[in-house]
Amino acid sequence: MSAVANTARAERPVTIGTVRSSNSGRLSWLVPTIYIVLLMLPIYWLVNMSFKTNTEITGVFSLWPEAPTLRNYEVIFSDPSWYMGYVNSIIYVVLNTVISITAALPAAYAFSRYRFLGDKHMFFWLLTNRMAPPAVFALPFFQLYSSLGLIDTHIAVAIAHCLFNVPLAVWILEGFISGVPREIDETAYIDGYSFPKFFVKIFMPLIASGIGVAAFFCFMFSWVELLIARTLTTTDAKPITAIMTRTVSAAGMDWGVLAAAGALTIIPGALVIYFVRNYIAKGFALGRV
Amino acid sequence: MNKTWNNKAWFMVLPVFLLVAISAIIPLMTVVNYSVQDTFGNNEFFWNGTDWFVDTLTSERFHAALVRNLSFSLIILAIEIPLGIGISLTIPKKGWGVSVCLVLMALPLLIPWNVVGTIWQVFGRVDIGLLGHTLAALGLDYNYVQDPIDAWATVVAMDVWHWTSLVALLCYAGLSAIPDAYYQAAKIDGASRWAVFRYIQLPKMKRVLTIAVLLRFMDSFMIYTEPFVVTGGGPGNSTTFLSIDLVKMAIGQFDLGPAAAMSIIYFLIILLLSWIFYTVMTNSEGAN
Amino acid sequence: MDLSWMAWTWPTAIFFLTILTMLIGMSVWEYFVPGGSPRVGVLRFETTRGDRLFVSLLGSAFIHLGWLAFMGPNLWWALAVSVVYAVLVFRYV
Repeated sequence: MSAVANTARAERPVTIGTVRSSNSGRLSWLVPTIYIVLLMLPIYWLVNMSFKTNTEITGVFSLWPEAPTLRNYEVIFSDPSWYMGYVNSIIYVVLNTVISITAALPAAYAFSRYRFLGDKHMFFWLLTNRMAPPAVFALPFFQLYSSLGLIDTHIAVAIAHCLFNVPLAVWILEGFISGVPREIDETAYIDGYSFPKFFVKIFMPLIASGIGVAAFFCFMFSWVELLIARTLTTTDAKPITAIMTRTVSAAGMDWGVLAAAGALTIIPGALVIYFVRNYIAKGFALGRV
Repeated sequence: MNKTWNNKAWFMVLPVFLLVAISAIIPLMTVVNYSVQDTFGNNEFFWNGTDWFVDTLTSERFHAALVRNLSFSLIILAIEIPLGIGISLTIPKKGWGVSVCLVLMALPLLIPWNVVGTIWQVFGRVDIGLLGHTLAALGLDYNYVQDPIDAWATVVAMDVWHWTSLVALLCYAGLSAIPDAYYQAAKIDGASRWAVFRYIQLPKMKRVLTIAVLLRFMDSFMIYTEPFVVTGGGPGNSTTFLSIDLVKMAIGQFDLGPAAAMSIIYFLIILLLSWIFYTVMTNSEGAN
Repeated sequence: MDLSWMAWTWPTAIFFLTILTMLIGMSVWEYFVPGGSPRVGVLRFETTRGDRLFVSLLGSAFIHLGWLAFMGPNLWWALAVSVVYAVLVFRYV
């Protein structure tokens, strides 16, 4: 019976959809296409440059590499001070994602299911940290982590990024958890599940998409952040983004290598976005649609 | 939803509280301490009272940066919000095009901010950039390194390029939550395209639009990396926003006291705005 | 662990202790009279005791800044204005 209802519901939008698209005309694909082309142009230009030699970049103006070369990428992959930047970035981003999600899951559950002393204010206080400008915190962070002896370690950056990623993760997960009916919790208790067992075995699979989206956002914001990561690292844990800025300021702009390094930073983002593509719209609405 | 009153839930929130408290409260206390003192290094501090606050509040430099930052936020909101709504309405609702659209549109959001800066720094250059070269070829006198207006145009264009997709994706999420029965009813009533937008789609997008407006406002209010990489705050001080000025002061010149006083004023403004944001959002949630 | 970089002073320490005392006080109050006595005041949305404290504190911060910018360095008057403001907030918001 419910299967029949589901198919009926699944079929309805198809008919409506065709009716609507014929209404709005055949050119409806045009706007998104133009927009995406405009979005891709600057990225294309960067990738284009990364396959050129420096003489071609500064000498001739060409829309595609006339003498394609992999030299720029070779420079990056043969020099540890370059490629370790990517490794460092990945290490602290993954650490941060794991810490943020682990801490945020129980908290989001608590905010979604219970009322407790100061809950609303606590939630608001968490959010203010998402809104706080990193520039305010950069210097005290440096001194705090210096006194802890954690400067230039991956864990320092991972914990510092928790400042804005944990609130975000709590916020997104709370949205997704509130979408799961309470009856499921209660049924599990009646069936004799202990809380941790219920949480890991039953509840987490239910909000798997939410966890995926939250992890994606933690990854994203930790990956794109530069100011704090740069302040807290000197050599051993220096992220690729900071290495790039240093090379830019060095004498004799190596445009080709800069473009190649930039192009490579886009790949991890493109990979993770592919995995959450079906939930991304809901995720950007912080699970609250 | 009715929630049970249970103070033991605090234990589930405790890890988050500790984690964020270390990162937020200790630095904030330090900033407050610095704001009332002067230092010449070596962790030696001298009481300075409220002078730094008076200095900051009356300084031209701070006012100018604040005005620049507010104008920037308003300009990008005025462009990104209507544009984002428009684009969200044209994203296909089904088929293979959906994923392609969403993934490609979200791509700029995942590029590290200084790479976004680098991309536009290169893209806008007259000698080697596609945009700059094209504008020059069209006979326009475009040079973002020397002309403040061109610098602003570049920074605004960059922000629109970077973040309009966020608005579009949020609105798309709101739109896809509209049941098809609504459209059916509108069709039976013979409603125009505009009526469908005004009375069905816009009301449903209200909540996500609130998130979009306030998220964009907050993030543009603390923008640092992208304009810093493209223009370095220049030419002159024409694109020096609050964060850029703050970092210049704190890390560049090591003026801890003035930087701390400015941080606190900046933070209080953000706190006020976040509170309005949160109140508006939770109340619209309650109204639904 | 060396914490001298935090540069504590008595006035700032007293400031933070006051805030902490207020928070503890609010918690105790909440414990004895739970629910936060929500009501709809002049701002036309529901506020609880905690919201009113927050509005008072944030408003006081801006009153102090305004006083520094326009009136002068004597903050005792700003404090007096803030107390009046806080009383009004707790009464009408």
